[in-house]
Amino acid sequence: MADSIFAFFARHLPYDSAGFAAFAALLKSAVFILGFVMLLAGILTWMERRQSAMMQDRLGPCRANLGRFKAWGLLHFVADAVKMIFKEDFIPPKASKLLFALAPMLALAPVLIATAVIPFGAPLCYGRMTEAVPLGVCALPVEMQAARLDAGLLFYFAIASLAVYGTVLAGWASHNKWALMGGMRAASQMMSYEVTMGMAVMAMFLVYGTLEPGAMVNAQGNRPWQWGIWGVPQAIAFVLFLTAAIAENKRTPFDIPEGESEIVGYFVEYSGMRFGMFYLGEFIEIITSSAIAVTVFFGGWRFPFAGTLAASWPNWLFVLLSVGVWSLKVFLFCAFQLLIRWTLPRLRPDQLLKLGWQRLLPLSIANVVLAAGWVLFSR
Amino acid sequence: MAVTVKVVARPAGIRGHTYLVAVAEGMWVTFRHLMKNFPGNVLGLRKKTDIATLSYPEEKQAYPARNRGLHRLMKRENGDVRCVACMMCPTVCPAHCITIVPEEAPDNAVEKRPRIFEIDELRCVVCGLCVEACPCDAIRMDTKVHAPPTLRRADAILDMEALLARGEPSIATQGGTGPFWREKV
Ligand code: SF4
Ligand code: SF4
Repeated sequence: MADSIFAFFARHLPYDSAGFAAFAALLKSAVFILGFVMLLAGILTWMERRQSAMMQDRLGPCRANLGRFKAWGLLHFVADAVKMIFKEDFIPPKASKLLFALAPMLALAPVLIATAVIPFGAPLCYGRMTEAVPLGVCALPVEMQAARLDAGLLFYFAIASLAVYGTVLAGWASHNKWALMGGMRAASQMMSYEVTMGMAVMAMFLVYGTLEPGAMVNAQGNRPWQWGIWGVPQAIAFVLFLTAAIAENKRTPFDIPEGESEIVGYFVEYSGMRFGMFYLGEFIEIITSSAIAVTVFFGGWRFPFAGTLAASWPNWLFVLLSVGVWSLKVFLFCAFQLLIRWTLPRLRPDQLLKLGWQRLLPLSIANVVLAAGWVLFSR
Repeated sequence: MAVTVKVVARPAGIRGHTYLVAVAEGMWVTFRHLMKNFPGNVLGLRKKTDIATLSYPEEKQAYPARNRGLHRLMKRENGDVRCVACMMCPTVCPAHCITIVPEEAPDNAVEKRPRIFEIDELRCVVCGLCVEACPCDAIRMDTKVHAPPTLRRADAILDMEALLARGEPSIATQGGTGPFWREKV
């Protein structure tokens, strides 16, 4: 069965044809974005509430049952989506209609596009999918990555930073002073932490000697102690990246732009699914930043005994397993980010900017120099 | 009034300046709670957890013994109403929600009994003063039943029949036990 499907594809879509490239890219981005990113983002909206409840000795949402199907309340995210879709879509009378409608899309689209460069599994060996193919010997590999760009992570930063337009536009278009100020807060925060985030990853560019996340995964070993985080500049870069990524995602302790409980944020005028897009965008940002961290610092899809398994299992099964391992790593990292969010208290704006510009930025620049020295003397 | 600002000194040293240790400590605390509550509640393994929330319709909190619920009228041994229509409770009631119309009791030893005894549970402020005032343990609020929601306001007025439905013989002796109070010295 599987054999004949693979044979059909190998016959009608040769590896080097343009049709194959387009088909593979479409399939990969569709499966990855719809099947993983969107699904996990939905689950995270529930998990955030349930996990925080467990951390605070509460029960959390656990009642969205479908008859006998309970699943610990997991269906809450479906119920939320239905609720948001059917809610009134209110546009303030004096708001700029076009910009108001554009802002949520500008906040959501870049984070989805930026996921394209993330490698989410071991390469599939085209034409030999049912044989066991040891790692690294495949002649026609199909990378589990929607777009393999030489700019790699730079593409991620370039696109992801466009999300700031969404937040500022949301504040501007709402015709609401508080939303505008929220948008300004968001802009100042996202701008300042983007620099640190880039610098933190720049140290890793030096260590790996490449910008391409797929190549970074290839440079790491299968065993946990061969992953990217081990080393002084690497560990510092990880802490810096994590801090900056949380600030970039506007999550506690850096959730000053929204700060639901105390201060009005940039999407105060949004309701229904437009609000849902901001909300979803935030969770997708958690996933992408987790995915980048897993790719750069925690070995991507690599896991112990991957070499042995690759040499003994059918290739497609091994690829599936590697995608599963990668998803598990990203999931655990997301859970870790939620843990941070529900542990730390919120910073004041001045503390936030001080931390960003006076502490993290100099440290990240020094870390780039340190990484350069590390590379020079460890070779 | 001048605003006074208390400047809190930053903890010194690398530990105080990086916050990393404090952050890790805090996360360890929350992680411990997560690990204690997660297996029992999400995975469904029966394990001791710290969760304080009750899943209300399935689990109910036991009321304390002194909880004040819906009123009830107590009965004599022969099943008659214990109330002697002394009008203590409508007098003390701060909400004026007790209506009593007395009548002659056939039993000469009892003399008086209510013909109509109504309590408007919507007006009642559940203060319990009626129970305190009653000299003969005729009215009680120990049912631990909440005032039920009704569609019409009139349905919230409990008449004597409804009040007696929850009643039972009181073990208190009418008129009290022991010597007459004038004789007690
Ligand atoms: S509980 Fe208070 S308010 Fe209610 S009937 Fe008794 S005395 Fe009146
Ligand atoms: S105080 Fe007791 S005996 Fe007197 S009228 Fe009220 S219920 Fe009846």
